[in-house]
Amino acid sequence: MAFSEQEIRQLARLARLELTAEEVRMVGPQLERILEFVQQLAELNTDQVEPMTTALDIQNCWAADQVADGLQRSAALANAPQADGEHFLVPPVLPGGNG
Amino acid sequence: MTATRDDHGRFPFETIIGLEVHVQLKTVSKLFCRCSTKFGAAPNTQICPVCLGLPGALPVINQQAIELSIRAGLALNCRIPEFTKWDRKQYFYPDLPKGYQISQYDLPICAEGYLDLPETDTGEAAKRIGLFRAHLEEDAGKSMHDETGGLTQSRIDLNRCGTPLLEIVTKPDLRSAEEARRFLLELKLLLTHLEISDCEMQEGSLRVDANVNLHISAGNQKVVTPIVEIKNMNSFRAVERAIGFESLRQYDEWEETGATIQTVSKRTFGWNDVREQTFVQREKEESADYRYFPDPDLIPVALPAERVDAIRAALGELPSQTRTRFETQYQLKPYDADVIVNQGPTLVRYFEAVAKVAGDAKRTSAWIQQDVMRTLKEQQCELNDFPIAAPTLGQLLRKVTEGSLDNARARDVFQYLLRHGGTLDEATKALGIEAVDQSELDLLCDRLLAENAKVIDDVRGGKQQALGALIGQAKRINPNVNPGQLRQRLLEKINAV
Amino acid sequence: MTVPLDSAAQLSQLLTSGEATAVEVAQEALRRIEASEPAINAFNHVAGEAVIRQAEELDKRRSAGQPLGRLAGIPVAVKDVLCTTEMPTTCASRMLRDYMSPYDATVIAKLRAADALLIGKTNMDEFAMGASTENSACGPTYNPWDRTRTPGGSSGGAAAAVAACDVPLSLGSDTGGSIRQPAAFCGITGMKPTYGRVSRYGLVAFASSLDQIGPMSWDAADNALLMSVIAGHDPRDSTSLPAAVDDYSLAVAQADVRGMRIGVIRDQLENPGLDDDARQAVQAAIDVFRDAGAELIDVRFQYSRYWVPTYYIIAPCEASSNLSRYDGAHYGFRSLGTREVVQKFGPLMAMYCHSRDDGFGPEVKRRIMLGTYALSEGYAAKYYTKALSVRRLIRQDYDDAFAKVDILLGPVTPTPAFRLGEKMDDPLQMYLCDLFTVGANLAGLPALAVPAGKTADALPVGIQLQAAPLHEPALYRAAGAFQQATEHHTRRPPQ
Ligand SMILES: [Zn+2]
Repeated sequence: MAFSEQEIRQLARLARLELTAEEVRMVGPQLERILEFVQQLAELNTDQVEPMTTALDIQNCWAADQVADGLQRSAALANAPQADGEHFLVPPVLPGGNG
Repeated sequence: MTATRDDHGRFPFETIIGLEVHVQLKTVSKLFCRCSTKFGAAPNTQICPVCLGLPGALPVINQQAIELSIRAGLALNCRIPEFTKWDRKQYFYPDLPKGYQISQYDLPICAEGYLDLPETDTGEAAKRIGLFRAHLEEDAGKSMHDETGGLTQSRIDLNRCGTPLLEIVTKPDLRSAEEARRFLLELKLLLTHLEISDCEMQEGSLRVDANVNLHISAGNQKVVTPIVEIKNMNSFRAVERAIGFESLRQYDEWEETGATIQTVSKRTFGWNDVREQTFVQREKEESADYRYFPDPDLIPVALPAERVDAIRAALGELPSQTRTRFETQYQLKPYDADVIVNQGPTLVRYFEAVAKVAGDAKRTSAWIQQDVMRTLKEQQCELNDFPIAAPTLGQLLRKVTEGSLDNARARDVFQYLLRHGGTLDEATKALGIEAVDQSELDLLCDRLLAENAKVIDDVRGGKQQALGALIGQAKRINPNVNPGQLRQRLLEKINAV
Repeated sequence: MTVPLDSAAQLSQLLTSGEATAVEVAQEALRRIEASEPAINAFNHVAGEAVIRQAEELDKRRSAGQPLGRLAGIPVAVKDVLCTTEMPTTCASRMLRDYMSPYDATVIAKLRAADALLIGKTNMDEFAMGASTENSACGPTYNPWDRTRTPGGSSGGAAAAVAACDVPLSLGSDTGGSIRQPAAFCGITGMKPTYGRVSRYGLVAFASSLDQIGPMSWDAADNALLMSVIAGHDPRDSTSLPAAVDDYSLAVAQADVRGMRIGVIRDQLENPGLDDDARQAVQAAIDVFRDAGAELIDVRFQYSRYWVPTYYIIAPCEASSNLSRYDGAHYGFRSLGTREVVQKFGPLMAMYCHSRDDGFGPEVKRRIMLGTYALSEGYAAKYYTKALSVRRLIRQDYDDAFAKVDILLGPVTPTPAFRLGEKMDDPLQMYLCDLFTVGANLAGLPALAVPAGKTADALPVGIQLQAAPLHEPALYRAAGAFQQATEHHTRRPPQ
């Protein structure tokens, strides 16, 4: 397993991280080492093992369909980096753009 | 067999269509939090830590959303698996504050099913449209960008974020734009009938994406064009027109470029309603990698068969079943059954209540289609606000059937009731309608025959239409007289002489 | 010390008897924090005046004879990963530097309802990712026993605040050992409850299927007191267990291990990475329990060598998803990015990528990259799904063990507290600190770290007790017995 800088940049883009050149150089070998370490799992045959997503063995937790109070708009917008009193403001979402 | 070009110079082709329909479930609160789902509130006033995706907030599923989804699945002949779970679909967008949408990936709440389209009055045959699945997911918020303002900020309203959606995915079984429209109409009828969704495209409670491509028979060669997904269609009409436009566009594209499904990958197009054109919305530079995985904040849902059976038992009669019943129980023609059922459950109930009192389903069907539906349309009112109660209309029609009232007088009564409401008795009294008894009728006949000897000769000579003049005179003398009865009695008297 | 800030039980007694007032306790705690903070840096935020006012209110209610909560007047520090109104919630990250939560976590609401004095928010590794509290935007926390060493992590501040005798109780969170490892490094008692026993509502998520909040204190009795306040079902958390809450304080008081079958995890003791001091602590504990009447049985785990690799796939995968919400759009840190990136990728993409790159520290970014990779198309089956399957095997190991024994005994950490900076350049070495602790998180069962000795350098060493899901009372009973027979939990760092 060896990452090219291009692959690291692509992965970072998927994770929405603008890594510096220094970070790109550093993180590649680190990821390689960690992945090599976790690759130990390949030794085990798990074909017959059902994946375990949670340690819980409970099912069905739900709430009745009743409206409850949420946040005041001012409270919701209080932490916003930018707001106009009614909306969150973000850099332009260009038509047809995908973030 | 070698296919040849038609009059337009085109090879024969078939349009292959699959739909993805998002319907908003009729819950009062959101899918994973208890914020209101009411349409049209001021921006960002129906949000809480959960739908705002604040650090530490956790989702809890809305029980009614599960209930409604199962109801929809059963009505769509889907298998309801005993076990369903939640997955995160990950992508970044400002209307999606968590950076992922809670959806269902490999174990949807409704597995494979189908919807039957009834035959149409224009002669389209009945058809079964297969469904791959229907799954529950949360809606995103709304981002607004003022394009005229150039590079200003986009505004984000998260009110809609977390609203429950059921995404219904059809198999590519649809073959024309018209068929897609028929499917949507039937789906809407079913879901509104069961009170699962309002299915209002204008309010966004029903949204449609269409996957379209062509199978072209070019000479002895079969060509499959690249798949295009059309988005942004805001009415059933738009869906129909967009698919129609797109299928011709794809044909022309193939003629010009030779693009096939092997050479061009799936693209997303928008629909411009004003220009009536589809246009490239997004070429996928990086194929989206949603990194689905089971949401660890939610536990799986177990749906034991008894629970599903209970919901099935409570479903009641579905529109397609009502149509069939109307044809057998009331001997209605398929077209008439279709028109009434397609108006929705309120009209169906009204029809049955009227027919029961009237004792004549065909007459009821005719009156409802001509008089009631036309009035509703002209006055733009809902059946719930219609001033003539079902038993009243039933009594009125019964009189017509019995012959104590002719159609014309009955329409007078109908108009009176529309304007003034009240009971049938009140209306007939106000209009001065009284039953004309036999002796009165005899007197009237004798007087008419005495004054019109020529008519007797004409009738005897085989000109029965001559009676028309007598009936006109009789109505002037007594407006309550029933023309049918009068005609009958006159003939008897002429022939008896 | 006139006001014993190292014992909730004693403080409670003094407050009830009227020998001390809540205001005196609050003032003493604030004085103590002010004195120790420059050297320890356990806190990201100290409440100050608000706590004094709360204490005044409590004293009034007490003198009026009104009923008070179980933690009335007891100072409690909480890890800065728990959402609180009135105090910032930063997760020790630049990303949430100024973030004020508009709501209280369920455990915070429970602390308030129990009349605890919420004294402040403690330092941690950024978003709870780390084992040394060095990955903090607020600077590292120093171990009160030796300030050249780490207090452990990620709940290093919560452990150090107790060890420095700033407060008798604190709340940490534990995803792979983040309560137990710092408890061991700081010579205190720390509980990682059964998954689902304590509500996660308002706990800023790291790895949702592994995270649990738990109490930290000097001894088992105080620990059980705080545990009984925070445990219980929460309708806001779908992963919360509906089971009734046991009497943990009673279990500690019983302090009885007669007839209890205690499994010694042999393969952990034989692990070459295990330090001699830590091994000796477990050996000594075996003798203590045997003398107290327990039956000691050797247990071997088939899959223990796969614990850390399994954990370091599952946790980063969940983390990469959980941390997607920090994107500069609706709250938290925003950076618009350089003109070059704006031109290349558009203004929105530039904001996302720069906000996240500048807002997160190196370890968080590393784990986001790792998790994004392990969940991406073509790799999810090889890494993520594979790890979930091994997770089941690991749980099976535990189930087999608990068919034979009531609780398990083993080490908490391979080594005592290491020096600051020692492992910062080698992420993998840092990950191996979790060698003995991640099993309980993967399997979802309760685990308790208890002080059990010290090294030649006078650094604390702990032992770990683990039990089947919801068997916290067994752990408290054993810890009660152990602390009756030993004095490790009574040792305090030099002032
Ligand atoms: Zn909400």
